Amino acid sequence: MKIKTLAALALSSALVAGSAAADLVIPDLSYRTGPYAAGGTPVSDGYQDYFNMLNARDGGVGGVPFRIVECETGYNTEKGVECYEATKGEGALIYQPLSTGITYQLIPKVTADNIPLHTMGYGRTSAANGEIFRNVFNYPANYWDAASVAVNYLLDENGGSLDGKTIALVYHNSAYGKEPIRTLEALSEMHGFDFTQIAVDHPGQEQKSQWLQIRRERPDYVLMWGWGVMNQVAVQEAANIGFPMENFIGNWWSGAEHDVTPAGMAADGYKSLNMNRVGDLAVFDDIKTLVHDAGNAAGDGSNLGSVLYTRGMYAAMLAAEAVAKAQEIHGVAEITPAMMRDGMEALEITEERMAELGMAGVGPAFSVSCADHGGSGLGIVQQWDAAAGNWVALTDYIAPDDSVTGPLIAEDSAAFAAENGIEPGCS
Amino acid sequence: MSADFLYGIEVVINGLMAGVLYALVALGFVLIFKASGIFNYAQGVMALFAALTLVGIMEGQVPFSHLINAIFGTDLHYFGWTVPALLAIAVTVVIMIFFAWAVQKFVFRHLVGQEPIILFMATIGLAFFLEGVGDLMWGSDIRTIGLGLPQGGSLWIEEATASLGGDDFYGFFLDKLDILATAVAAVLVAALVAFSQYTKQGRAMRAVADDHQAALSVGISLDFIWILVWSIAGFVALVAGVLWGVKSGVQFSLSLIALKALPVLMLGGFTSIPGAIVGGLIIGVGEKLFEYLVGPLVGGATENWFAYVLALIFLVFRPQGLFGEKIIERV
Repeated sequence: MKIKTLAALALSSALVAGSAAADLVIPDLSYRTGPYAAGGTPVSDGYQDYFNMLNARDGGVGGVPFRIVECETGYNTEKGVECYEATKGEGALIYQPLSTGITYQLIPKVTADNIPLHTMGYGRTSAANGEIFRNVFNYPANYWDAASVAVNYLLDENGGSLDGKTIALVYHNSAYGKEPIRTLEALSEMHGFDFTQIAVDHPGQEQKSQWLQIRRERPDYVLMWGWGVMNQVAVQEAANIGFPMENFIGNWWSGAEHDVTPAGMAADGYKSLNMNRVGDLAVFDDIKTLVHDAGNAAGDGSNLGSVLYTRGMYAAMLAAEAVAKAQEIHGVAEITPAMMRDGMEALEITEERMAELGMAGVGPAFSVSCADHGGSGLGIVQQWDAAAGNWVALTDYIAPDDSVTGPLIAEDSAAFAAENGIEPGCS
Repeated sequence: MSADFLYGIEVVINGLMAGVLYALVALGFVLIFKASGIFNYAQGVMALFAALTLVGIMEGQVPFSHLINAIFGTDLHYFGWTVPALLAIAVTVVIMIFFAWAVQKFVFRHLVGQEPIILFMATIGLAFFLEGVGDLMWGSDIRTIGLGLPQGGSLWIEEATASLGGDDFYGFFLDKLDILATAVAAVLVAALVAFSQYTKQGRAMRAVADDHQAALSVGISLDFIWILVWSIAGFVALVAGVLWGVKSGVQFSLSLIALKALPVLMLGGFTSIPGAIVGGLIIGVGEKLFEYLVGPLVGGATENWFAYVLALIFLVFRPQGLFGEKIIERV
C-alpha cells in the first residue's frame, strides 16, 4: 500500500514538474506581513493581478500562461535570499524583490545563475550600467534620477536658481536612504544650494529630534527618502512643527495614500515624486472583471488604482512585455531566464504600446539597451489633496540631469567591476 | 538668553515628553515581570493588537473577514455601523482581559515551575502568534485612530516663549499630544499605585510579587493574580498603542515600540513602576540631548544606540537598575 502511494506521489510530482516547464514562472517576493506590509501588499496585489488578468484574457503571453510563485520575505533580507533559493529551481524568469537590502544580496546570485533581476526605482543605482551589471535592470528610473528630478523641479519653481537656498534630506538610515546623498552633494555644488543630511533610524517611529532640528534650521525645502512607518511619522511631524507641506517632497517610496492618510487634513499639500502616473486606467476594467469578479484577486481588491498597486501592475506589465520581446527574439514561446534577460535588454516601451495595453501614460516611453539598463529616469511630481483623498499630478514627466548622474553611475559601476573582476562590455 | 541655550532647554523638555511615552511601554513589562518573573517579549505586540482591535471595533470592521471570505466566498468587510469611542475602548479592554485569561489558561499554567528562559521563550511564541492573529483578524492596512486627540505644536506656548530669545529663537515647541500623554501617564501611574496600595487585589498582587509560595500559603490564587496582572498590562498596552498609534497610524511597526522600552527597563529596573517612569525620562532626555549636541558631529541617528549605551553605563554601576530590587544570594 505504501509503495503504491509513493509511486502515485512520484507520478503526480513528475506530472506537476512537467507542466511547470510549460509555464512562465514569475516568483513574487512579497511582504504582506510585518512592519512594511502596508507598502508591500498593494505592490504585490497589482503585480499578481496583472499576470492573472493576462492569463484569463489572453492565456498568458504567446499562448503560455504565467505561474506566480509567491514567497513572503517580510522585507527581511535573509528571508528574501531564502525565497530566491527556494524558487529559482522552478524556472524563475525574473525577480523583483521590492527591497534594496535583498537586491544587494541577490546581485551576485542572479549573475551566477543568469536570471534577470528587475529593481524598478530601487536597488543599486549603478546597475543602470548594463555593461557591468548584465543581469540587473533598474528601468524606468533609479534613486539618483529621483534626486535629480526633485532638484530640477525645485529649480523650475525658483526661476532656475537655487543659489542660497537650503535643502534638507530626511533619510532612512540604511543603504536605501543613503543612495541619493552623492547625487545631492554633486547637485549642491553645481547649483549652489546648502545641503543638510538628517538621518532617521529604523523603523522611524520616533523622529522628534529630527523635526526639532528642521524647526531650528528652517530649510527652504525638505526631501525625504523614507519607507514604512517613517513616512507617516515624518508627514505628521512636519505638520506638527508647521513646516509648509508644499515645500516637503518625498521620493516615490514616500508617496502612497497610506503615507498621508494618518495625518488627515494636516497632510494636505505634501508632495512626492512618482515614476508612474495614477489615474483611472482602462486596464483596471479587465482586472476588475476577469480577476476580481472571478474571485482570483491577489488581495481583497481594495487596493485597485492606488499608487503602489499601479506601480506593481506597471512592473508586471514591463515584465510581460519583456517576455513577449524574448519570445520574438528567440522564436519560441517557452523561454528560459537567459532569453528573458535578452528580452529585457531589447525592451522598448512606447506611448502607443501603453495605450494599446490600456495604460496610456502610466509611465514614460523608454527603451533599454546593453549599455543602459536604467531607462529614461523620468519622474513626475504629485501633490496630496487631502479633501479629495487623492494625488494630483503637478507636472509632466521631468528629466534628470544625466550630466550629473551619468559620471556617478560610471564611477560606482567601475568600482564594482574592479572588485568583482568583471570585464565590462556587451556580449 | 542665547537661542542655542533655549533650544537646548526645548530638547530637554521634548526628551522628557518622549520619555513618558517610552515609560508607558515599559510599564507593561514591569507589571508582568514584578508579579510573575516573566519578561514579556509580547508587550509591544500587545500594544499593536489592542490598538488594532480598538480601531477595528470603532469602524465596525468584521474580524477575520479575509478568512471568512476565503472560506465561504462571501464579501464581508464591515458591519455597516460605527461604535462610539468609549464603548469601543470598553469592549477592547474586555478582549484584552479575555486574552489575559487565555494566556494564563493555555500557556503559563502549563509552564509553572519552568526556568525563566522557558517562560521568556513562550512569550516570544506568543508575540508571533498574536501578530499573526492581529493580521488575520484586522488586516495589515494602516489605520487611523479617530479619537480626536489633539496634535501639533502648542501655538500658545510657542508665542508666549518666543520673546525669551532673539530673532533666531522661535519659541518652545511642545506637541499637544505629548502633553496629553504626560497627563495620561501621570493618571495611570497614580491609579496603579492606588490600586496596589489600597485594594485587596492590589495587596494580593504585591504579596505574589514578593513571594509566590507565601502568597499561596495564605490562600491567594496565583491564577487570578496573574490574569489580573496580564489584564492590567493589556490595558497599559492599549493606552501606549493608542498614543503611539495616533502619531503614525495603527500599523504593524507599532510592535517595535518595545525596542524603546528595553533601555528604560535596563536603567529603571524590571520590578519598579517609579523606575520605569524615571528610567523613561532619563533615556528620553539623554538620547535627545546627545542627538542635539553630538549627533551633528557623527552623522546623526544616534538615539537608538545611545539609549542602550546610557542604559549599559547605569547597568555597570547598578546591575539591578536604578530602582530594582538588589539581588542577594545567601549560601
